[in-house]
Amino acid sequence: MYDFAYEKPGSLADAVKVLSADPDAKALAGGQTFIPVLKQRLNRPSTVVDLAKLGLTGITVSGDTVTIGAMTTHATIAANPDIKSKIPGLQHQASLIGDEAVRHRGTIGGSLANNDPAACYPSAVLALGGTIKTDRRSIPAEEFFQGMFTTALEPGEIITSVELPIPQKSAYEKFRNPASRYAIVGVFVAKFPSGVRLAITGAGQGGVFRHAEFEKALSANFAPEAIAGIATPADGLNGDIHASPEYRAHLIGVVSKRAVAKAA
Amino acid sequence: MGFEGIGASVRRKEDVRFLSGKGNYTDDINRPGQLHAYIRRADRPHARIDAIDTAAAAKAPGVVRVFTGADIAAENIGGIPCGWQIHNKDGSPMAEPMHPVLAVGKVRHVGDPVAVVIADSRQAAKNAAELIEIDYTDLPAVANLTDAVAPGAPEVHDGVKGNLCYDWVIGDKAVVDGVFANAHRVVKLELTNNRLIPNAMEPRAAIGDFDTSSGDYTLYTTSQNPHVIRLLMGAFVLHIPENKLRVVAPDVGGGFGSKIYHYAEEAIVTWAAGRVRRPVKWTAERSESFMSDAHGRDHVSTAEMAIDKDGVFLGLRITTLANMGAYLSTFAPAVPTYLYATLLAGVYKTPVIYCNVKAVFTNTVPVDAYRGAGRPEATYLLERLVDAIAYDTAIDKIELRRRNFIPADAFPYQTPVALQYDSGDYQTTLKVALQNAGWESFEGRRAEAKRRGKLRGIGISTYLEACGIAPSAVVGSLGARAGLYEVANIRVHPTGSVTVFTGTHSHGQGHETTLAQLVVDQLGVPLDQVEVVHGDTAKIPFGMGTYGSRSLAVGGSAMVKAMDKIIAKGKKIAAHLLEASVQDIEFKDNTFTVAGTDRSKTLTDVSLAAYVPHNYPIEELEPGLDETAFYDPKNFTFPGGCHIAEVEIDPETGVVDMVNFTAVDDVGRVVNPMIVEGQVQGGVAQGIGQALFESAIYDPEGQLLSGSFMDYTMPRANDIPPLSVATENTMCTHNPLGSKGCGEVGAIGSPPAVINAVVDALKDYGVRHLEMPATAAKIWSIIQSAQPRLAAE
Ligand SMILES: Cc1cc2nc3c(=O)[nH]c(=O)nc-3n(C[C@H](O)[C@H](O)[C@H](O)COP(=O)(O)OP(=O)(O)OC[C@H]3O[C@@H](n4cnc5c(N)ncnc54)[C@H](O)[C@@H]3O)c2cc1C
Repeated sequence: MYDFAYEKPGSLADAVKVLSADPDAKALAGGQTFIPVLKQRLNRPSTVVDLAKLGLTGITVSGDTVTIGAMTTHATIAANPDIKSKIPGLQHQASLIGDEAVRHRGTIGGSLANNDPAACYPSAVLALGGTIKTDRRSIPAEEFFQGMFTTALEPGEIITSVELPIPQKSAYEKFRNPASRYAIVGVFVAKFPSGVRLAITGAGQGGVFRHAEFEKALSANFAPEAIAGIATPADGLNGDIHASPEYRAHLIGVVSKRAVAKAA
Repeated sequence: MGFEGIGASVRRKEDVRFLSGKGNYTDDINRPGQLHAYIRRADRPHARIDAIDTAAAAKAPGVVRVFTGADIAAENIGGIPCGWQIHNKDGSPMAEPMHPVLAVGKVRHVGDPVAVVIADSRQAAKNAAELIEIDYTDLPAVANLTDAVAPGAPEVHDGVKGNLCYDWVIGDKAVVDGVFANAHRVVKLELTNNRLIPNAMEPRAAIGDFDTSSGDYTLYTTSQNPHVIRLLMGAFVLHIPENKLRVVAPDVGGGFGSKIYHYAEEAIVTWAAGRVRRPVKWTAERSESFMSDAHGRDHVSTAEMAIDKDGVFLGLRITTLANMGAYLSTFAPAVPTYLYATLLAGVYKTPVIYCNVKAVFTNTVPVDAYRGAGRPEATYLLERLVDAIAYDTAIDKIELRRRNFIPADAFPYQTPVALQYDSGDYQTTLKVALQNAGWESFEGRRAEAKRRGKLRGIGISTYLEACGIAPSAVVGSLGARAGLYEVANIRVHPTGSVTVFTGTHSHGQGHETTLAQLVVDQLGVPLDQVEVVHGDTAKIPFGMGTYGSRSLAVGGSAMVKAMDKIIAKGKKIAAHLLEASVQDIEFKDNTFTVAGTDRSKTLTDVSLAAYVPHNYPIEELEPGLDETAFYDPKNFTFPGGCHIAEVEIDPETGVVDMVNFTAVDDVGRVVNPMIVEGQVQGGVAQGIGQALFESAIYDPEGQLLSGSFMDYTMPRANDIPPLSVATENTMCTHNPLGSKGCGEVGAIGSPPAVINAVVDALKDYGVRHLEMPATAAKIWSIIQSAQPRLAAE
């Protein structure tokens, strides 16, 4: 990596100040994406601003909402009994991310800010209709995810937490890339009284997306058979050495059915 | 202290060091005043270098020197040599283009070293390397075999027509064609052996050290064969005589072949150390490993078997294209010839065989031996072809194999492809493997899986391989530029403890234990009083290193010979001490005894006398108890056996689940059963990796698409089922231990077993063959394309 200055501010205001004053300063959460990027010299920050001391960890449940601090690790989420009982799909999803070491360092805020098109959490947050809270505003999931590695975050803006409505039922099913073990297709399905929401990660060229046809069919009948006959077009899906767009289109159907079967 | 000799599963002595982080690897070594090298590599597959501007880099903070190919070319420095010369079918030698240490004029693969920065720190060297400006003119590139031999293909080396390194044959084409013309039937199969990236856990590293007072050079390097590196680098590249060059290969974290070869970086750091008169260290980053460690396999073949009406093999005819990459790595030319085509008889009595191999240059990383080296390619081809014959003729695949096996009473057996097998019993390894795998009850498991919506398949491979490549005179006549003997020096110390200096090298195999067990067995010295030393040209007389599963069969045999000499000398000393005749002295259990009496001297009594020769036959015998033996084997050894794989496929996704794996191998005498089991397990894991996951993928223009673990699928622990590993051994008849070798059998026997199982699982889809790796995406598309046909039926 290139040389950089390192700061570990003790308050959110200080962190925002450092990041806003210098467009080349970058936030560091768990480092599980950022540090490999630095090692490969794909990024050259002037200052790395460690968010570890901002008090952004923790999971709280109030009413019909779960709030997760941005710096909460995947391992904490996977081990949390409230998450397990309220949003079992999220608990399972967190348990599938990376490996033990990644889960103990990587954070939900870091993952959402990064918005890797193959990352897991964006599917949960979008399917649940969550809200991303930052140092300055609240951003609905629909507006937050704006394509591969692109989000609604402004320069210097820090995610502080994410609010997730508690669904009646939820499940996550992941078809892994055999090499990286990120999602080739990851499907998060959430059933609310108002209807079913289903979001897909790993497959779309524009990152995470909802599947309107599946949602409609599942809202009418929350069962795998409800979507069995619905084909997903391959247009707009990723193709790489591991999976063609056609294969991904097919997997979207299979993985979605399995997610629904698990949730139902 | 229990039984520690041959046959005991004693725990590995070296593991305490490895498991507690106390291993001493090349990168753990730091020399006083050490500088760091960073290598700027080609980011493109094929280009002319028009200009290199190093001025900014040379002025960067911490930089001591920057060297380019021009600096090397200005000195008396040779190219990286190739250790084996193959001849074309017309008798002319292979094309052997210059392999410069740093690129001169052109770059020929992504990762080709272009310049090196020597600086105070790795970081400073890397920062400066980015400041080197290289003007390239891109040239058309070629990455895969069929493209490289197509008319009009870009030339990787000027003047190497058709990118052909050699066009080699074994066997009599006219005779074989005649057999085919009259055969009942010919079964044909086209197949690819996928290119692999070795990925040893420890990346390669090298430290060059120059002693300004003596003028001596020392190279610390991640090598499987330090003496070979000293010879190649000293004699051919840097022109440093052996007495001025020491090569040390300390603890090495896995090699699998990739650390056999002499690499440019070794020469760069050694030469640079002399130029800057300070030690210079280089350690590969993982991404450099992907683009600079020699890759493995990469064959495209057409195989045909002529058979009679009963499926008896009458003749085998093969053409193979073998990828050499951009330059010839140390043993590359030997792999698709003498380590491949000579194995094409396998376990079968096929009477005539013809094989034509064209080795081809491409704009890719050099390809060389990788665990199994040629034998996995031969085994995969044969065992897939045998299954295809069973498929086409509807003869049971076990019965077909049995009909064609070389019978157990036919040894020594002369194959039509040069090798003469000394021993083996293929019916027995097959029988035991079938039992252990529950072959007979498989259809029940298939039916049960079907009820769960899964496609279950079983596959078998009955294989043979050749280890301990030898004898030197024969390999020399076949083009080897080195001998293939091994050296052991056994030093019995004054108080009877023993140090073994072996020319083999351990990079995870457990030699410090296995070889010590030979001393326990032969000299009766307890294991904890035996030390095995390897990997240092200053300590070990000579050695050819470790590859081709040769360390026990060849290196261990050299130890036996050296210990024979120790015992012979010890008997003379004991005879003197016991005032008896030498003929009457017997040696057993660490003790010299006058036959038929209770008068005896221990080995310690004798060694003490040898080093403190107060009462000693000094007129007839030199003091000391230290003997060396060079052992040149009479033949290869021929391990073999039977592997059976069982898979389950999810037809909705194409995912293959390895559910069972059974190996029954014949490795000759087993010294440490636990270590043998571990070696077979590791080899099988690599074989499953090749069959289901691993693939080095280049785009047609020569960019490596699978250049990191994000895209190159290494098998993980949870991809590998519990492995049932057993041995059924026949003894090697020509070495004193009877051992054959176990390091590669796992990787050789398993890939076809796995693919045969996958094909079997897909039998309802009309699948006769599919290429490795059998990824989910590939299987899904096969199932997809079969759907319309199935629906129509
Ligand atoms: C081997 C491995 C396997 C992995 N497998 C998976 C997987 O299967 N599924 C998956 O989803 N992910 C996977 N990951 C990624 C992992 O989940 C990362 O932890 C995550 O993507 C980033 O989180 P982090 O806390 O490590 O953030 P960092 O790496 O520290 O930061 C990532 C980016 O987000 C920014 N950032 C971080 N926190 C904030 C914040 N609070 N506000 C604003 N910006 C912020 C940083 O500036 C940086 O640009 C894997 C990673 C590795 C190394």
